[in-house]
Amino acid sequence: MSKTKSFKGGRVIPGFGLSFGITIAMLSILILIPLASVLFQSFRLSPKEFFEIVTMPNVLYAFATSIGCALIAALINCFFGVILAWVLVRYEFPGKRIMDGMIELPFCLPTAVAGITLSKMYSTKGEIGGPLYEWFGIKISYTHIGLIVALVFIGIPFVVRAIQPVLEKLDSQYEEAAYILGAKKLTTFYRVILPELKPALLTGFGLAFARGIGEYGSVIYISGNNEKEHTQVISYIIMQKLNYLEYESATAIALIMLIISFLLLLFINIVQIRQSRRVSNV
Amino acid sequence: MYVELKNINKSYGDFKASKDVNLGIEKGSLVALLGPSGSGKTTILRMIAGLERPDSGDIMIDGVRVNDVSPSERGIGFVFQNYALFRYMTVYENIAFGLEIKKMPKKEIKARVEELIELTGLKGFEKRYPNQLSGGQRQRVAFARALAPNPSLLLLDEPFAAIDAKVRQELRSWLREMIYKVGITSIFVTHDQDEAVEVADQIIVTNKGRVEQIGTPKEIYKNPDTPFVSEFIGRSTLIEDYHKLKGFEKGDYKGAIVRPEFVEAFKADNKVFSDVIDCSEEGVVTDILFRGNSLELKLNVNGIELTTFRSLERRKVEIGEKMRVIIYRLYAVDDEKAYLLENQELKNKDIKNRRLEAYLYSSDGYFVV
Amino acid sequence: MAYLNGDERKELAVKTTRRSKPVVKWILISVSALFIFFMLILPLISVIVNSLKEGFDFYFKSISTEYVRAALLVTLLATVITVIVNTFFGIMASWLLTKFSFKGKQFLATLIDIPFSISPVIAGLAYIMTFGRSGWAKPVVDFINSTFGTDIKIVFAIPGVVLATIFVTFPFISRELIPVLNAEGTDEEEAASLMGANGWTIFKRVTFPHMKWALIYGIILCTARALGEFGAVNALSKTRGETFTLPLEIDALYLAGSADSITASFAVSSILVIIAVIVLILRNIFEHKSKAM
Repeated sequence: MSKTKSFKGGRVIPGFGLSFGITIAMLSILILIPLASVLFQSFRLSPKEFFEIVTMPNVLYAFATSIGCALIAALINCFFGVILAWVLVRYEFPGKRIMDGMIELPFCLPTAVAGITLSKMYSTKGEIGGPLYEWFGIKISYTHIGLIVALVFIGIPFVVRAIQPVLEKLDSQYEEAAYILGAKKLTTFYRVILPELKPALLTGFGLAFARGIGEYGSVIYISGNNEKEHTQVISYIIMQKLNYLEYESATAIALIMLIISFLLLLFINIVQIRQSRRVSNV
Repeated sequence: MYVELKNINKSYGDFKASKDVNLGIEKGSLVALLGPSGSGKTTILRMIAGLERPDSGDIMIDGVRVNDVSPSERGIGFVFQNYALFRYMTVYENIAFGLEIKKMPKKEIKARVEELIELTGLKGFEKRYPNQLSGGQRQRVAFARALAPNPSLLLLDEPFAAIDAKVRQELRSWLREMIYKVGITSIFVTHDQDEAVEVADQIIVTNKGRVEQIGTPKEIYKNPDTPFVSEFIGRSTLIEDYHKLKGFEKGDYKGAIVRPEFVEAFKADNKVFSDVIDCSEEGVVTDILFRGNSLELKLNVNGIELTTFRSLERRKVEIGEKMRVIIYRLYAVDDEKAYLLENQELKNKDIKNRRLEAYLYSSDGYFVV
Repeated sequence: MAYLNGDERKELAVKTTRRSKPVVKWILISVSALFIFFMLILPLISVIVNSLKEGFDFYFKSISTEYVRAALLVTLLATVITVIVNTFFGIMASWLLTKFSFKGKQFLATLIDIPFSISPVIAGLAYIMTFGRSGWAKPVVDFINSTFGTDIKIVFAIPGVVLATIFVTFPFISRELIPVLNAEGTDEEEAASLMGANGWTIFKRVTFPHMKWALIYGIILCTARALGEFGAVNALSKTRGETFTLPLEIDALYLAGSADSITASFAVSSILVIIAVIVLILRNIFEHKSKAM
């Protein structure tokens, strides 16, 4: 009779209740309830206290630094991401598979390792930073530029991996049609290919941007965390508050970050839903 | 009745997929559920299978109400539209799967699978994976897999949709033959009327979640019950001013549906039609299309556009030519029903031409074979 | 099909190659190659070079200190538990999200992705706020400890490290499985269910072969991330030699600031770099395998 009973749910494939229960339970216990605790704790502050904490100059600067650098890095990644994805999908050349594999490196490499390595490489005595400083007088490590370099490193796979499948599915007939209609290469790209890539590009941008705002391990070494030069990122501020046991301040700042990430996630999801609708309507 | 649906209703949100569906299917018959896409035919099939649950109403199989019986206990075989073959199993494993689930002894499984492989002509393909087979071969595997556990009812969802046109023709007769050989009650869904007419011995026409008509292909073709069926089956033109045509009087109808085979167009000097020429009226050829085995003529009769087919063996006609036209019959329709109207002038005429007589008055009409 | 198979991919690439001007092609390839070299490959080389600055003896000495060995143990423990938990979750969540339709499915998918877009530091903070001194779950843990005579500590102890690692890598496996199962559809499972197969049989015989390679890849990726997690663990682990993981040990060595300790820090890093490279190679193999079918 148990079979008949489960059928009353009206689903043919078994396991809905089980997988639903386990998914929700694990998600709640491991992710949602701890995050709710942050929310809960920050409510202990009065609105005035809350406002004072999140508008302290170093917090505001840190938000500006995190958001600004993440934005610039995400834009740079969009530019290189499109080129990389295009090259990896549309061209045959020796070493392509290695190149394709390397894209994922920032996913696999521990952020702290990336952090200390980039910081050393781009310092005024480093392999890249040294020549740049000597010849052009440009400092990278311990400046905003360094921060952006680290965030470009972290964000590149998000953009490339978002675009690649779309570019693969984009039938070359499409371009051929535009080509036959007399469109030039560049025109074809701007008018035909880029609009098709837009949702995927926005998704990749959103993911890289979100990741960049919250990034910790890879940026704290290269940024120098100098309050006067405004190179402290927001994750660093939270960690600092934690180390000083200023939990209220930490939760207040974290709440703002949570809101930002949630809005970004929402944005990405809306883009993705609209994308799948568009595709299914064709 | 082997399968019976009683007052079935089913909606998906605001969309009503089935509205008060009633139907019965006799044991041993091969039935087509025919309708345009979105007409609710697949929903009916999936409800019989148990893949969907009706919101209300009863589904009976072999006299037992099966609403709460799980799909696997209903004794059905199901062939999916895209076959849903297990891609990571060989042909042999696919066919054996249902038997293994039933915990049949290995030896019996082997015998049964081999029997089915023989029956479906898949010998030599046992070790192949689905992606190494052609569309037609996949359908055979799907068919064999569905039949393996000896179901008493076979359900097929658009069994020919995934196959290209040329092979489809072949498979239709193959499937029909197979089903008769096995002698299993079968229901298949299709949106293609040729397919339904050719394969099924009963057709259930659905539209907008309702069953419009149930009958043999002949009945559906000859005596459409509803405006929808009269228009959906065959090639038809809907006209409003049908009473302007000679031999038809205005009735309480909204319009009429005329099929090409209801229209006869001949030259004024044609001897075969000489004794009915006074029943005809003038029509001007407005267009001629070559249809491979015949010509399709577009005629303007009294301001009404009609279509007819003309054998390539007959004399040549030209655009602009004036011809004599007789409309044998048409289907007058109101909101609910379709009514067969015969040409009154022809009916009242005493015809001596034996050849035309059979053609015009036989109760079987153009179905005389 | 979500992806092209190998031959189709090649065809697309060849088609485009044939049509486009070689100049454009080679400019784009060069830009890509330069980007990859400077941004991705050079850092890898740099780690190895830096780690061997003081010679092999120093290298082996620095990766075999007490601290490093303790950190390695903690890291491995956290990683193993994390991978087990997340694999179980990933299979359940991907089954739920690809085989059924229900209200709020999209929302649930978004919730699962939260750890992707959240600062790892917040993950650490969240557990402190839950189990820490002022956390609401602290009394629960205390109650368990007093009733059963146990001495469970979560924050600034190994369980906290494990939880933080799970949090950060939570969606990794489901994210690999969902696209694969989506592309597969639900027909095969429905067919098997119609024939009377139960859930376990359907999973084992029908679904699992589809997700096999993606699952292996997801597990590998999850392992790599778990080994390397830094931010979240940093917030929850304060005792070097006891609750420190390898990345924290790297951090401690680097921040000690002497030339020797920095070199030692790179030496320890090189272990993780080698693991990362192995992961990349495996990824390439498995991705190829899963798309060939």
